[in-house]
Amino acid sequence: MMAKRKILASFIILSSLFLFAGCHGSKGLATYETPEEFDTSRNFEITFWAKNDTNKAQTLVYQKAADDFHKAYPNVTVNIRLYTDYSKIYNDVITNISTNTTPNVCITYPDHIATYMTGENTVVALDDLMDDEKYGLGGSEVAFDGPAKNEVIGKFLDECRIGEHYYALPYMRSTEALYINKDLVNKLGYEIPDEVTWDFVWEVSEAAMEKNADGTFKVNGQNVMIPFIYKSTDNMMITYLKQMNAGYSDAAGNIKIFNDTTKDLLYTVSKHVKSGAFSTFKISSYPGNFLNAGQCIFAIDSTAGASWMGSDAPLSDIPDESKVSFETVVTAIPQTGTGDPVMISQGPSVCIFNKEDPQEVLASWLFAQFLLTNDIQTGYAKTEGYVPVTTKARESEEYVDYLSRRGEDNDLYYSVKIDATDLLLSNTDNTFITPVFNGSASLRDAAGQLIESTAKSTRRKETIDEAYMDKLFSDITALYRLDSISTNAGAKADLGPLPKTSVILLSTLAGVWIVIIGIYAIKLVKTNKN
Amino acid sequence: MKKFLAVASALVLTLSLVACGNKETKTSDDTSASVETSTEVSTEVSTEVSEETSTEETTEEALAPAMTYAEYVAADIDSEVEIEAYVQATQSWWDNTINVYAQDEDGAYFIYNLACAEEDASLLVPGTKIRVKGFKSEWSGEVEITDGTFQIVEGNFVATPVDVTALLADDTLIDHMNQLVSFTDLTVVAQEDGSAFLYNWDGSGSHDSNSDLYFTVESNGAQYSFTVESYLTDNTTDVYAAVEALNVGDVIDAEGFLYWYNGANPHITKITVK
Repeated sequence: MMAKRKILASFIILSSLFLFAGCHGSKGLATYETPEEFDTSRNFEITFWAKNDTNKAQTLVYQKAADDFHKAYPNVTVNIRLYTDYSKIYNDVITNISTNTTPNVCITYPDHIATYMTGENTVVALDDLMDDEKYGLGGSEVAFDGPAKNEVIGKFLDECRIGEHYYALPYMRSTEALYINKDLVNKLGYEIPDEVTWDFVWEVSEAAMEKNADGTFKVNGQNVMIPFIYKSTDNMMITYLKQMNAGYSDAAGNIKIFNDTTKDLLYTVSKHVKSGAFSTFKISSYPGNFLNAGQCIFAIDSTAGASWMGSDAPLSDIPDESKVSFETVVTAIPQTGTGDPVMISQGPSVCIFNKEDPQEVLASWLFAQFLLTNDIQTGYAKTEGYVPVTTKARESEEYVDYLSRRGEDNDLYYSVKIDATDLLLSNTDNTFITPVFNGSASLRDAAGQLIESTAKSTRRKETIDEAYMDKLFSDITALYRLDSISTNAGAKADLGPLPKTSVILLSTLAGVWIVIIGIYAIKLVKTNKN
Repeated sequence: MKKFLAVASALVLTLSLVACGNKETKTSDDTSASVETSTEVSTEVSTEVSEETSTEETTEEALAPAMTYAEYVAADIDSEVEIEAYVQATQSWWDNTINVYAQDEDGAYFIYNLACAEEDASLLVPGTKIRVKGFKSEWSGEVEITDGTFQIVEGNFVATPVDVTALLADDTLIDHMNQLVSFTDLTVVAQEDGSAFLYNWDGSGSHDSNSDLYFTVESNGAQYSFTVESYLTDNTTDVYAAVEALNVGDVIDAEGFLYWYNGANPHITKITVK
């Protein structure tokens, strides 16, 4: 079975506390400088905190990476700690920063790195390492066939840039896909357009709510039908705002999410939750479970979850007897218009934590770089609807062959999985990411919570009106401390007038100093006279 | 003069310390306030938690009658419910919430993400009677109470497991959802890789990662998937070790809570190898 909602509570507390605590309690490390030579006479044990999608094939790729790297560098042993949830890694890293016990290499998201960076020199900037003639990407002394810098897809590498520096390497990329039960769409009298819009999805979803006299749904004859389920409501809000060119945040960390476009989406969500046409993963369950049971028509989930989608999916969470047979169509997520698709770029990156021993950091860097070699890239990409992040891997004979064998079986070559991969391969230039700053991870959570709260409130028959929206915005701001996120980019914030106690204290200090200087001056004059 | 300077300096230092002290106190208060409010969007709910989860037991006379189990079962999904039940077990506290397996003489409840301050989590020992106000919800077939707050009330009850082995293939098994149940004479069946159990559903986990354990048993010719939920019984517990020591073909008795996830998915808390 899939990993269940074990960490739905997310990581609000730790992250927000850390946001304020900064580096208090942690001893800052010196800025990392690459040694002239990697010391192969010493043995190193490095830890790699790796995230998988509760997928055995992925953990095997990680282990292969560790083993093969050890063959290339026998003096380096990589110990893997497996995670199945980004937020758990995030929490553990934050907990370990204060005790200087971070891993060496860690799967992560740039949003998370921005928080890690509140510790002094905690995360290693990779600019110099990437360009290092000997040990950089494609460097002369690297003991394996890794990609050159220009073979890492620029758009993905740029996603790892925070401020002026690169703090991560991309590892894998995915996006979201719309998985459609084509049979049910057709049964309702519709054809799937080349470019699916929100209007289309809402219209078909409402049409699917019609019931028979016995209470079953006409479209599927079952007691359950949730036509449209969105897995990540964070992404739903973020992507919709991007498609509408509405505010979310800027690179300086200014929060702009509380706007009329956000309200419009929330009202739309409420309307369709009320009719039963829309739900979310957090409220109902995995979209794929409903899709595969013929109880959902439009399921939005990551391309990295494609192996769970469709009636022939190799991975399943529901009993075989609950599955129904249908044709699955994979398309871009709904758009507000046509001709200019917009979808989010997501997927793991890998960062390196600083250590007192530069040689240990260099060993970490070499392993991080090893994760970009063809075997690892193509091996991991094949496990799900991920795409490799290097042109070297994408253009490799092995990967081209893999893509060409779409549908040969319902396992490695599962058609829905390869369709999902193709979606991102052909839309890389249409992907986007959100600005990264210390607090951007909280803002992402807040974006999703706006939808979840509205959906829940609607189901609980609360009135969704302007007063509700005002309170929701206020509550979300407080809950995620969005009013406390400091803007960066050197902007000087207006901190307001000094508190009264501070004024008194400063005045007293000034007064005492004046008295001291005065007394000293008088004493000096007297001494001179004498 | 030196005395004057010393006094002046001391005064300044004292004032500085006072000022720092005030600031720290305020920061501390702010932090705790945010902790309380972060478990739920509504600040109203959070305030309630902090007030209600006191160590003082509330007298029942002050409270209106809670729903009976039958009334709870009859309540609509998404409706507000208020029940009284006895804690049977809890999962690990996390982020000011805790998942509770609760039961009374008539039936059982799973309370998901119950708002709970960390210091109150230790009060939720088996037998403790709690009054819970929240919303009846359903997630993948599991009927549960969400967005709940609680207070401790007087009373104590520890459930005796009900043997539901004979109901494993029966539609009425669902009537025992969330109850402490037992199973007898189950035979451990091999996983796809031949092992007796898996870390995570597909073997992608590990002991060190404190992964859930999955194992399959056979009873009356049918097979069932059981889970050791690591947030309930982690990799330091006897049951975790017992499952790690299982062999294919072992005949076992088992106890646990009848959790539901697209069908029965018992969270096993005790294994006896026969």
